[in-house]
Amino acid sequence: MTPLLQVRDLTKHYGARIGCADVSFDLYPGEVMGIVGESGSGKSTLLGCLAGHLEADRGQVLFDTRSDGPRDMRAMSEPERRMLSRTDLAFVHQNPRDGLRMGVSAGGNVGERLMAVGARHYGGIRAQALDWLSRVEIAEDRIDDRPSAFSGGMQQRLQIARNLVTGPRLVFMDEPTGGLDVSVQARLLDLLRGLVREMGLSAVIVTHDLAVVRLLADRLMVMKSGHVVEAGLTDQVLDDPQHGYTQLLVSSVLQV
Amino acid sequence: MYVAVKGGERAIENAHAWLAEARRGDTRVPELDVAQIREQMALAVNRVMAEGSLYDPDLAALAIKQARGDLIEAVFLIRAYRTTLPRFGASKPVETADMRCDRRISATFKDAPGGQVLGATFDYTHRLLDFKLAADGEVPPAAMAPAQAGSVPHITEFLNRDGLIQTEAPSCETPPDLTREPLEFPANRALRLQALARGDEGFILGLAYSTQRGYARNHAFVGELRIGRVPVEMEIPELGFSIEIGEIELTECETVNQFAGSKTAPAQFTRGYGLVFGQTERKAIAMALVDRALRWRELGEDNLGAAAQDEEFVLSHCDNIQATGFLEHIKLPHYVDFQSELELVRRLRAEAEAVAKEAAE
Amino acid sequence: MTEYTFAYLDEQTKRMIRRAILKALAVPGYQVPFASREMPMPYGWGTGGVQVSAACLVPEDRLKVIDQGADDTTNAVSIRRFFEKTAGVATTTRTAEATLIQTRHRIPEAPLTRDQILVYQVPIPEPLRFLEPRETETRKMHSLEEYGLVHVKLYEDIARHGQIATSYAYPVKVEGRYVMDPSPIPKFDNPKLESAAIQLFGAGREQRIYALPPYCQVVSLDFEDHPFEASKADHICDLCGSATSYLDEVIVDDAGGRMFVCSDTDYCETRRAAGHRGRLAATEEEHFA
Repeated sequence: MTPLLQVRDLTKHYGARIGCADVSFDLYPGEVMGIVGESGSGKSTLLGCLAGHLEADRGQVLFDTRSDGPRDMRAMSEPERRMLSRTDLAFVHQNPRDGLRMGVSAGGNVGERLMAVGARHYGGIRAQALDWLSRVEIAEDRIDDRPSAFSGGMQQRLQIARNLVTGPRLVFMDEPTGGLDVSVQARLLDLLRGLVREMGLSAVIVTHDLAVVRLLADRLMVMKSGHVVEAGLTDQVLDDPQHGYTQLLVSSVLQV
Repeated sequence: MYVAVKGGERAIENAHAWLAEARRGDTRVPELDVAQIREQMALAVNRVMAEGSLYDPDLAALAIKQARGDLIEAVFLIRAYRTTLPRFGASKPVETADMRCDRRISATFKDAPGGQVLGATFDYTHRLLDFKLAADGEVPPAAMAPAQAGSVPHITEFLNRDGLIQTEAPSCETPPDLTREPLEFPANRALRLQALARGDEGFILGLAYSTQRGYARNHAFVGELRIGRVPVEMEIPELGFSIEIGEIELTECETVNQFAGSKTAPAQFTRGYGLVFGQTERKAIAMALVDRALRWRELGEDNLGAAAQDEEFVLSHCDNIQATGFLEHIKLPHYVDFQSELELVRRLRAEAEAVAKEAAE
Repeated sequence: MTEYTFAYLDEQTKRMIRRAILKALAVPGYQVPFASREMPMPYGWGTGGVQVSAACLVPEDRLKVIDQGADDTTNAVSIRRFFEKTAGVATTTRTAEATLIQTRHRIPEAPLTRDQILVYQVPIPEPLRFLEPRETETRKMHSLEEYGLVHVKLYEDIARHGQIATSYAYPVKVEGRYVMDPSPIPKFDNPKLESAAIQLFGAGREQRIYALPPYCQVVSLDFEDHPFEASKADHICDLCGSATSYLDEVIVDDAGGRMFVCSDTDYCETRRAAGHRGRLAATEEEHFA
């Protein structure tokens, strides 16, 4: 089977400082990769480079496109890259305000990606929006409300619906549960896990919260100072950490 | 029926005649002549030259007279005249170090070579209405001093000598011409300065003030403000050398701003720059502050989302001729569009009423 | 008054504008930046249209200028006079006789022919401007054909009002590529954008020219289940009895009495000259007597 994503030697510096260095991994269809590390470890830089929000200095990010097989996203033209990020890719921001149009109704937010790829039937768009609102547990009668009237947890669920409505093959998530209350976090994680399993999604999730990866990720990469220090199956890494830094991370969680 | 419109042609003629009469005012009061405006309304003349981008005090005075004292209208007249003028070429850059200064002050040093010269300023006047002027404007001649010989170095150069202020990289690049090419973004600094120099004094003042109140604050000091006359030289290809074609009055302001620095580069002061036709110091200082705020990217500062940092916002809205034209065009008839909105609102209301009625039944 | 160059603008400037017009015709619907000159009339009052007209006029032309469909509105009068004075071209109020028509806010009712040029005055050329204020962003959206946001706006209209609530300056897609603002014409006029005439759009303050070559495809944006509708007041003209022309609503007395008359004055007069009469035709003539 061809990996959906093949990352090779991805490196980015900020001046003399390392953002992330020589990161390589494969992600297979239906697989969820967790990236953990403390703040400043380079995990968000890595995610930014993967999603094309940041310009990497070198390396390859090969995505298995539907039409032409694996292609380096870094070498794609801007229109190709944008088309890909409207269809096969999705990005869930930590702060839903960064991923939503706050002045547009919930239905319009979910419908935008559909319209961007050519949907022109209002009734059809609305039906899909309603379906997705219910899948993320937002009441139907909120469809014409703006996200500014929603709670933080609802906004995050709306952002997820808006991203998944076009059936992307790969979802990037940046601390999707960050900034939410613990009870709200649990509900969101549950929802995410359901959607990932049900849709067979591939995902790369960046988080500092080991509980999140324990629940969602099949595999794990641990980052420190821009380097991947340990990688493996989630349970393996968390239950039997080899690297000293991972041991520290795991034990600090256990203390909490 | 719609008589006002049907009489369009005659209405315009009548309006023009009335305007001419109103401009003259009460005929028992002597008429102003252009020289009086040029000499006694000199700061208004300067503003019209600066924002009209045409250095001609007589024409600016004429425009003020024709515009009944509406300075933006006068700027408009000058701009429209300016576009029709043929272009013979470009002058050499003026050298403001050679300025014969009527005024030169620095807020950063108590004194400097060349000295501080207050010049003709309102600065330390008490703003009390002078009723004597209502009767008789004659004043005794002011004290005289011999003009200074030689060039007067810029005060920021003293800082530069010690590397304390950032050096501007010299460039031989021809600056873009806002009046001959469409404005496109991103704009380089030469283009930004050009737009600011022509921009509305009130708008630039407001933006500069906003930076002082914390919207992208850059801690400006007036390093030097100088007003005076500089010669304008032009290269004449047929002659093979340049000749002086005249002299213009300029106001130049250099601000010394908050220092920048990083791990690799030691701390240094930075600069803002303003240069405007005539004696227009409020505008020149404001321009320097806004110039400095717009340089955030080049100086490695954060974009704080302040209006004065946003070049597209500043450059798209600083021209008062564009602004006033578009603002005032909403006086023009829009009844066709309004009619279509009217139909729409009626239809929406009718539908809402029908729904309400149905619900009631 | 001093002598002007023909049609006011100097030859270099006209050449620069003609180049922009040719480019605009070659890429229908694309906004070509041009170095708009400062005209002796205010920005927002037709400086773009005037510059485009000036670059197109030749001495043999016969010019018609309309504003809101009428030849005798003040701004139309003012612009017509400008060209009478600076170009000395013949003018007319008759659509059929004009070779170049400058317009603000309307397309004449009578179909235009391949021998005619229609020049529009445009205040805001950017159809995406009120969705995204930044020029740098909107230019990118056009170049990457990212028009999803336009439909989001239409979606929001329907969600809120039950229908698309844009009644003028209704966005169109040209030749399946560029989304274009047809200038603030009522959407009633949108179907007439597919025309035998050359249509040129000039925005002076915003420094843009764009164009529709003859017979090019112009589609008003809509949804399959909420199709575009070229609507107008549900009345017939009280003067000429036309049931198909765009109407102005005129308040005629203090009691709120109304009449509806054609906004295209030449169309209305031509019909009346041919003997068509509306409900109030007689009264109207008394008013003018």
